[in-house]
Amino acid sequence: MHEMSLTESVVEILCEEAHRQGFSRVKRVWLEIGALSGVEPEAMEFCFDVVTRGTLAEGAQLEIIRTPGQGWCLACEKNVALAERFGACPDCGGHKVQMTAGDEMRVKELEVE
Amino acid sequence: MCTVCGCGTPSQDGEKLKDGRRHAHEHDHAHGHSHPHEHDHAHGDHVHSHPHDHDHPHDHEHPHHHAHHHHDHEHGARETHDYGAGLAGVHVPGMSQERIVQIERDILSKNRSYAEDNRGFFARKGVLALNFVSSPGSGKTSLLVRAINDLKARHALAVIEGDQQTSNDAERIRATGARAIQVNTGKGCHLDAHMVGHALETLDVADDSLLFIENVGNLVCPAAFDLGEAHKVVLLSATEGEDKPAKYPDMFAAADLMLLNKSDLLPHLDFDVGACLAHALRVNPNLQTLIVSAKTGEGLEAFYAWIEARAALARQKAQARKAG
Repeated sequence: MHEMSLTESVVEILCEEAHRQGFSRVKRVWLEIGALSGVEPEAMEFCFDVVTRGTLAEGAQLEIIRTPGQGWCLACEKNVALAERFGACPDCGGHKVQMTAGDEMRVKELEVE
Repeated sequence: MCTVCGCGTPSQDGEKLKDGRRHAHEHDHAHGHSHPHEHDHAHGDHVHSHPHDHDHPHDHEHPHHHAHHHHDHEHGARETHDYGAGLAGVHVPGMSQERIVQIERDILSKNRSYAEDNRGFFARKGVLALNFVSSPGSGKTSLLVRAINDLKARHALAVIEGDQQTSNDAERIRATGARAIQVNTGKGCHLDAHMVGHALETLDVADDSLLFIENVGNLVCPAAFDLGEAHKVVLLSATEGEDKPAKYPDMFAAADLMLLNKSDLLPHLDFDVGACLAHALRVNPNLQTLIVSAKTGEGLEAFYAWIEARAALARQKAQARKAG
């Protein structure tokens, strides 16, 4: 999707937090990326190496935590696993499924010095 | 590029500015783009003095501590990597001496806050802002040129044009007499709310007017970036596949109106309009759809009526706000 600009946003967040929390280097970054967020982890890793060059996060390790997709099927009245964003319910095959999890894109925590 | 964090900086081509001023503007923009950083810089001293003020006990010793810990940490970090941040993605902060900072910040939260600023600006001024999205070549600019010519007698209008490069589209829009500003996103694949906020500073948007934002031709990325608009309008042309809403569902889910453009070509194509609408409605049951041709004008009156109703609502809300 737009991994380059998302990664730039991550680095902006790192810069802000560096000022706020008083650290000067980021050694490791944990991102929570939902399976339905449209983000390719490999692309994000590639972009991260490029975008962090010359910043406080240069050389930092990127750890991506994938969260699975989940939805509420209105027909089955229960939570079901969602493999794709507008996919069908795996049980009843219907499309009345509202996504409840899996679109997360979050900077979760950092290892800094 | 921002020298603090390395974030990219789009350029902006202000209208009616001489080259010198345009440079000045780009300069402003560069600053503007790094607004949060600039802010931090400006307050950099304060931030540093905060630990003093608040008597943050260890902060000032930190540099030394960290220097000491540094080597230990490297070993610790590897160990942490081995057992703490393994396959399950579970990290155990207490297990290492490395300083762990909890952030829990949404990656798009910054864009969202800029978008809310823009939305507030539109609400105060009674401006109806529409964000036009589509793949390249589906006829966004031609449709806007036609719509502006048809609507300009009744409405004040302005346009923000997003493209990776060139100001060709803004020039096409300006030929109609409407005010237009070109935002070149450089390597960026979409407009973001911050770019739009800066364009608004230059583009003198009138009260109770229409603002058309033509996003970068891309059916994927602009879906995720709220610009503060009232509605996303997605264009799909009859020369594209009818299953595009199924292939690129995010955009059709994010839009409120779909215009099926180039309807004049339908007799010559195998495009199945019914199947296309079915794909679109499966992704977004609330999507409104119109079949239009920017060339012949088919369906455009319905599109204008859709705009007029929402523009009137935006005006009313702004007036009620001023009165109340």
